[in-house]
Amino acid sequence: MNDELLAKYESVIGLEVHVQLKTDTKMFSRSRAAFGQEPNTLTDPVVLALPGALPVVNRKAVEYGIKIALATHSTIHEMSRFARKHYFYPDLPKGYQISQYEQPLATGGRVEIWHEDRRSEIALTRIHLEEDSGKNFHREGVDESLVDYNRAGVALAEIVSEPDFRSPEQAVAYLRALRQLVRYLGICDGNMEEGSLRCDANVSIRPRGQEKLGTKTELKNLNSFKAVKLALHYEIERHVALIEQGGEVVQSTLLWDAAAGQTRVIRTKEEAHDYRYFPEPDLPVLEVPRPWIDEVAAHLEELPLDRRQRFVDQYGLTDYDAGVLTDEWNLAEYFEEVVRLGGDPKKAANWIQTELLRLLKEDGRSIDEQPMSPKVLADLLARMASGELTGRNAKVVGERMYQTGRTVDEVREELGIRPPERDESVVEAVCRQVVDAHPDETARYRDGNKRLFGFFVGQVMKQDRNQDPKLVSKVLKRVLEG
Amino acid sequence: MDIWQLGLASQVEHVRTKAVSAEDVASAYFERIEAVDDRIGSYLRLDREGAMAQARMVDEQVRAGRDPGPLAGACIALKDIFVTKGVETTCGSKILEGFVPPYESTVSERLKAAGAVILGKANMDEFAMGSSTEHSAYRICRNPWDLDRVPGGSSGGSAAAVAAGLCGVAMGTDTGGSIRQPAALCGVTGLRPTYGRVSRYGMIAFASSLDQGGPMGRSAEDCALVLEAIAGRDPADSTSLDEPVGRYQEACRTGFKGMCVGIPKEYFREGLDPQVEAAVRRGIETLAANGATIKEVSLPHTEYAIAAYYIISPAEASSNLARYDGVRYGYRARDASDLMDMYCRSRAEGFGSEVKRRIMLGTYVLSAGYYDAYYGRAQKVRTLIADDFRKAFEDCDVMVTPTSPVTAFKLGSRMSDPLQMYLADMYTISCNLAGLTGMSIPCGMDGQGLPIGMQVLAPALGEERLFRVAAGYQRLTDWHRRWPEVAQAQEAE
Repeated sequence: MNDELLAKYESVIGLEVHVQLKTDTKMFSRSRAAFGQEPNTLTDPVVLALPGALPVVNRKAVEYGIKIALATHSTIHEMSRFARKHYFYPDLPKGYQISQYEQPLATGGRVEIWHEDRRSEIALTRIHLEEDSGKNFHREGVDESLVDYNRAGVALAEIVSEPDFRSPEQAVAYLRALRQLVRYLGICDGNMEEGSLRCDANVSIRPRGQEKLGTKTELKNLNSFKAVKLALHYEIERHVALIEQGGEVVQSTLLWDAAAGQTRVIRTKEEAHDYRYFPEPDLPVLEVPRPWIDEVAAHLEELPLDRRQRFVDQYGLTDYDAGVLTDEWNLAEYFEEVVRLGGDPKKAANWIQTELLRLLKEDGRSIDEQPMSPKVLADLLARMASGELTGRNAKVVGERMYQTGRTVDEVREELGIRPPERDESVVEAVCRQVVDAHPDETARYRDGNKRLFGFFVGQVMKQDRNQDPKLVSKVLKRVLEG
Repeated sequence: MDIWQLGLASQVEHVRTKAVSAEDVASAYFERIEAVDDRIGSYLRLDREGAMAQARMVDEQVRAGRDPGPLAGACIALKDIFVTKGVETTCGSKILEGFVPPYESTVSERLKAAGAVILGKANMDEFAMGSSTEHSAYRICRNPWDLDRVPGGSSGGSAAAVAAGLCGVAMGTDTGGSIRQPAALCGVTGLRPTYGRVSRYGMIAFASSLDQGGPMGRSAEDCALVLEAIAGRDPADSTSLDEPVGRYQEACRTGFKGMCVGIPKEYFREGLDPQVEAAVRRGIETLAANGATIKEVSLPHTEYAIAAYYIISPAEASSNLARYDGVRYGYRARDASDLMDMYCRSRAEGFGSEVKRRIMLGTYVLSAGYYDAYYGRAQKVRTLIADDFRKAFEDCDVMVTPTSPVTAFKLGSRMSDPLQMYLADMYTISCNLAGLTGMSIPCGMDGQGLPIGMQVLAPALGEERLFRVAAGYQRLTDWHRRWPEVAQAQEAE
């Protein structure tokens, strides 16, 4: 579709994000919560909805909900309520999901995001707690389906944004910011592929300048950043095409088919579920008294943007560098540990960005999946600072340390790298040897062709790579001009 | 006198003092059940093996000089609504036929921990929906006082077992009167504790905000003994109350002298059988003659209670029963063509007509567009009813009313008229809606020799008041000591 046509319309997007909370046990039972276990091993009478089983609220999950609410400047309600949301599906054991409806845990928050070098604020409608469903498995060619209830009952926080996004990219930036946030809070892995962070989107378009919102459609199954972006673009173009052809958008729910690269309608407004919400009679009102909120707030993890600012203030880093280092909580932790162990902040920042991140990117690994501890990196930086390792050697040694997890000394031994020669008379002897071996060049240099100095440095280093280039330059100059 | 004719407290005392073994008590009951229950139908299932093993364990403890617990050797009929580990639990429904729970209800766990012996699972209306036990999917349950009549319901099997001497005490549940109404119709004593007093964990849910389990026995004292063992906070039930358990046995000894008994005038109007009214009024006179003050009180919103109840309870039931879908356990229709077919047929074939009626009602009142008019409104009525009681209890300690407007009706006489059946609970429902506690005690017989029950109501956590009145009254009367003919049948033969 041509850009001109698209430019006539403004898209309006809102996101509903499900955050799987990293609690040891499930939202309403003591059954263990974990990913990737044998099917139906993480269940109990409550999870399986056996007759007579009753839910009990997981206090840790509420605490995690409070954390998200605090981190998004939401208003936490001291009294909120669970409700039952009904629909029949084999992965929903009770025939209803315990969620929150009219009285959610928190409302009215905001999330700051950076998008296209501009800071913007996305308003949140609400944050509520609920439980996850199990998983159905449909096998091709087999006349039956299987259900795994390991995920059933896992604690979720649902974060609903206002329709504040005007482009798919902005929505993705928000989703990234949310992921960063929950990882910083330590309450969710934020892994979209494993489904610990899930996203539904609703989208509508309207002619630019028009106030009234267009008819929206809801997109489900957006299980990667890429899917969010592609599905939204696809849907916006579909809306534009419909309207341009004189048709209209039908309010409906669609599934993103990543393989086909298109959305498919799963139900229209007329076929929408009547969830028959009513207050959950098995659970009393959820009370979150002020002192509990204050207690959680007092121990709240430092938030990404705060840390970024602190890195600028405390370590004198540029905002850009601070941004790179705080992007991932783990990386920021790594950096600060290196500094705490004596690494110079700026040199550490530099080394991590130019060497470590490059290596990680090449390998497709995360900071936790490589063996070089902050301690050995701090040591490497210290040896560089003292001149014990040349920059060039440091790079070689560092790469080997990254590959093997060994210490500076072990790697130097392995690669036969000695400390650079400190004895000027030894360096001078080598310099003289080189000068004597190149009478023509020496003559030209002495005649004023100073550019040949680099040639001599190269020749001296070639004799012994293990020399300090600075010391070589100093001595060589003396010998040549001596 | 045979051991089964003794009260529960004295049976326990006999076991604790080695006068009789728990094994002998249990055997005596099983013999009686075999001789009599064919004609009554109070049990759905016996657990002879489990019961005898438990009895032997109690006896061993007695022999070893260890405390066998406050309910040592007490033989109990457990309404089939309480899940029992390893013992089939059906809730009176075909949809749970063959379901063997892998876990134990808190109530039965506490009973066993106290030394009680669970004889078996008592008959009931399917999912506790009914007032006659005729909605049991398995067998008819008859009133021991007249085998052509219903025992009441939904805890009809429990009431009948107590009345016929087929258990020492029984456990029932009461959502709208299901303990008190059958207790009245069978001439036994039944207590519905305050909502949250007894854990609902492992008690199959009908209407979660109204359900409560409680004891049914031959006297207030027997009920007190059991309640002390099962009441109290349970971390597995978030709605269970974190309040100290009362001294119910002590309350039984205190008497009602000086207490003020309220008589709600709305409970003595049209629909009340004159013989029932007369017996209850005589009961009130007995209380007045022995030191209680009588005072007329008013509960103006009484007439709306049934309507509110038949919105709230089906609404919650429609939700609670959604889990019986044929997917994980229980009945599943064969050869379903697809998922929807499997759901529809499993539920259509697995549930009985009354349960389906209530699921339909409940689904309707929770639907979008109807919620406010029905469920929302009913909740407001519920608040008004609770306010009525709050005000009325400012002027009295307990209230006394009839339990049921009529005595036991004939089997089949109300099955075609659900509304008539619903009216059987007209005096018991408000207690559940308002979160009170209530008890039914025998207070007379009608002209046909059928028992009449008197209901005593107290504010939330006022169980001790109920025991003071009920046990005091039972010291003055002998209605609760009578046995129906069928109970003596064993010796006659």
